[in-house]
Amino acid sequence: MIDLKQVTKRYSEKGILREINLTIERGEIFTIIGPTGAGKTTLLRLIDLLDLPTSGKIYVDGVDTATTAKKRLAIRRRMSLLFQKPALFNTSVYENITYGLKFRGVDKGRIDEKVKHALETVGLSTYATRVAPTLSGGEAQRVALARALVTEPDVLLLDEPTANLDPLSVEKIEDLILRINERFKTTIIIATHDMLQGQRLADRIGVLMNNTIEQIGQPKDIFYSPLNGAIARFVGVDNIVPSTVESNAGGVTIVDLEGSKVSCVSTFPAGAAVLFCLRAEDIILAQERGKSSIRNTLHSRITKLTPVGPLVRVKLENGLVALITKQAAEELEIAVGAEIYASFKASAAHLARR
Amino acid sequence: MNEIVTAFITAVRLIITRDPEVVDITLLTLRISLSALLIGALLFIPLGSLIHFHEFRGKRGLINLIQTLYALPTVVIGLLVFLLLSRSGPLGFLALFFTPTGMVIGQVLLIAPILIGLTISALSGVGKSIRDTIVSLGATERQAIVANLKEARFAILAAVTSGFGRAISEVGAAMMIGGNIRGYTRVLTTTIALETSMGNIELSLALGIILIALALIINIGLNKLQQR
Repeated sequence: MIDLKQVTKRYSEKGILREINLTIERGEIFTIIGPTGAGKTTLLRLIDLLDLPTSGKIYVDGVDTATTAKKRLAIRRRMSLLFQKPALFNTSVYENITYGLKFRGVDKGRIDEKVKHALETVGLSTYATRVAPTLSGGEAQRVALARALVTEPDVLLLDEPTANLDPLSVEKIEDLILRINERFKTTIIIATHDMLQGQRLADRIGVLMNNTIEQIGQPKDIFYSPLNGAIARFVGVDNIVPSTVESNAGGVTIVDLEGSKVSCVSTFPAGAAVLFCLRAEDIILAQERGKSSIRNTLHSRITKLTPVGPLVRVKLENGLVALITKQAAEELEIAVGAEIYASFKASAAHLARR
Repeated sequence: MNEIVTAFITAVRLIITRDPEVVDITLLTLRISLSALLIGALLFIPLGSLIHFHEFRGKRGLINLIQTLYALPTVVIGLLVFLLLSRSGPLGFLALFFTPTGMVIGQVLLIAPILIGLTISALSGVGKSIRDTIVSLGATERQAIVANLKEARFAILAAVTSGFGRAISEVGAAMMIGGNIRGYTRVLTTTIALETSMGNIELSLALGIILIALALIINIGLNKLQQR
């Protein structure tokens, strides 16, 4: 539905998006994740045709958007952009939601019907007469969402839709996004620095780092098979160790991990310089070495224990970090200095290019 | 002090008795200033918007010039309009010199910098996020200007209030263009100037009080409108 071809945009003295190639399919939820300042907002603004690319092309349904202002307006009217900080007009909630409809020349009766429906959708039916700038952050975000939805856009662009909101409001907004996509088959593009939100909502994810889209894939690809160390770090892989492939027999790859040989599944040939990546939650800790199908078991010693909410982060002498529940930690009676066996499946480990 | 109290009593008496000449002068003052304000608002709020929304060479310099002209002496406007409208001037054939219409023209020119400049300031006060939201919601260029003006309505009403204050209180242009002709172009400010020069201080003060009361009533009305 939306195609970006070699799009480059200089948006500040240092900020630049370079050679972005991206295809968004109709009806999907596509999440752009990346660190703060990576250019996510700029990318959404380009897609919404608020800004022009410095070079490259943007196509919507095959139509080149580098055209007359009138045609760009017609394309823009098929989209809605929800900004990170919702800018509400200094008037009632009801009036706020009417703007897009009035711009499109919708008649009064239809406007009333649509606004009421939009308010219902976001759960703010009783807020119509409230003065918009007096609302809380979460309420304001939902009004802005209603305003974006009321025009029934084909494409909904959401810029950090839940930044600075309390967990309850985050849940409500995320639930709404999923419902809108399911009910109206709206194509939704979300920019977020919250990688877990990206994982929760997205059909596909694009990682925007180092001025360009570094990787595109399904959430499992991004979170379990990051293409490089920077992406691995960003998506929360705790164990990233530089290594070299010693052998590869039919995809089963042996690498050296701080003196221990471990098996992984990869296509890297022998001698390749790689990064060994393993999510902390994929490590199983045990007091004894047991027989199982798990290919890798390393003997080590616990050097640090850090509580993380309901979990405990366990740091081992060999550099690996494991994440287990508090209950498991209590049952295992683990303590700093205790000897432990850390196991992980060959399929859980991932090798990225160095 | 005594003079002020007497002036106040005279003013009250003039209002209560509806002195025909004072009523005529007051109505003409209002007619001229409100006409100038209406024409000025219709011309210069859109002009200020156009300047704000369009980028062109010398824009900053133009805005500086407009803001400098806030302090334009009323007699300079009077002189300018005199040169334009006097019998030998380029627009002399219109025969607008020494007429209320001529005075309206003078006041329109006088409040032009205030209305244009304060409209630009008012629109500059609309945040980028609101401007982007308006465009993103699918506004045409004209719809975007109207929506921005709507968002800046309180500041624009303040500009209108300032413009009215400037129009109703000026004396130089009214005197030079209108000529202070009794029953035709005599307004409150020119009457005050005339009566003071004739030594009728109490009457001048009384007319001054009526002028201030008038300005106060109009400003209260505009403020009420602003709060809605």
